[in-house]
Amino acid sequence: MAEAARIHPLAGRRLALPGLSLEPCPPAERLSLRAGEDALAAIDEALGLALPRRPMASATAGGLAALWLGPDEWLIVADEGAGLAGRLAALTGIAFSAVDLSHRNTAISIDGDKAVLALAAGCPRDLSPAAFPVGACSRTVLGKAEIVLAREAPARFRVECWRSFADYVWNYLVDAAKSA
Amino acid sequence: MLLIHCPYCEEARPELEFRHAGEAHIARPAGIAEISDEAFEAYFFIRDNTKGIVFERWRHIHGCGRFFNAARHSVSDRFVVTYRAGEPKPELSGEQVAAAAPGGKATPANAAAGVNGKAAR
Ligand SMILES: [Zn+2]
Repeated sequence: MAEAARIHPLAGRRLALPGLSLEPCPPAERLSLRAGEDALAAIDEALGLALPRRPMASATAGGLAALWLGPDEWLIVADEGAGLAGRLAALTGIAFSAVDLSHRNTAISIDGDKAVLALAAGCPRDLSPAAFPVGACSRTVLGKAEIVLAREAPARFRVECWRSFADYVWNYLVDAAKSA
Repeated sequence: MLLIHCPYCEEARPELEFRHAGEAHIARPAGIAEISDEAFEAYFFIRDNTKGIVFERWRHIHGCGRFFNAARHSVSDRFVVTYRAGEPKPELSGEQVAAAAPGGKATPANAAAGVNGKAAR
């Protein structure tokens, strides 16, 4: 009988250059959360973190990261086994939507003094520390792919993209890194 | 590249994150099944296509995902103001219109950062 094997879309890839490294992030649990103002307090409690209410803001607590994507939309990322969907399934009496995206997305960590230069080769948004400080996040584009970009440290970013775009995004960043 | 101020993200973001979505402030007629073919045509197909200040819908599709409205000059491409969906059509001052016109003093970046004539931050 055939056995289903799980394959990371960027398995085995790594790039280390002076001042810049690229690494696939480990598999993660992810939720696309859509909720109105009246549901937020209960969701905050169930997740154990206060969802950021301001544009571009993110929050982390207890191994979870919540990224503001829109006025009623967040991307929740957690380590595998966090049981995100289960924590929200118990909530009753409020309207919200939580869709599991764990396997739709994958992520790349880009780290080093030249990370901003490499990202700027394909991402048109202002990545200066004043405009996009540590903790900032947003949906944006990299080349022809839509990404969610988060600045985790002054020189480290997380690039979330659709699994089917992973090869394109990886190769784009490798090209950009080599000429950064 | 144009910088467009998203009224939901509250900052100017690159044009590549946005999609134009047609003329703004077009109200769907009540009782649309009862209106004449001519009235339907006027509602559904006929657009002003003004040379000068136009009111448009835009969507921050690769950002917050929201539709919003913008007043823009169709010759210079300069944005005058952007505002949230559902808000009334803003009254523009003569100064704002002149600044957005070709040869006006506004730069695309500071025009995009204006919300109802005021600096966003
Ligand atoms: Zn936006």
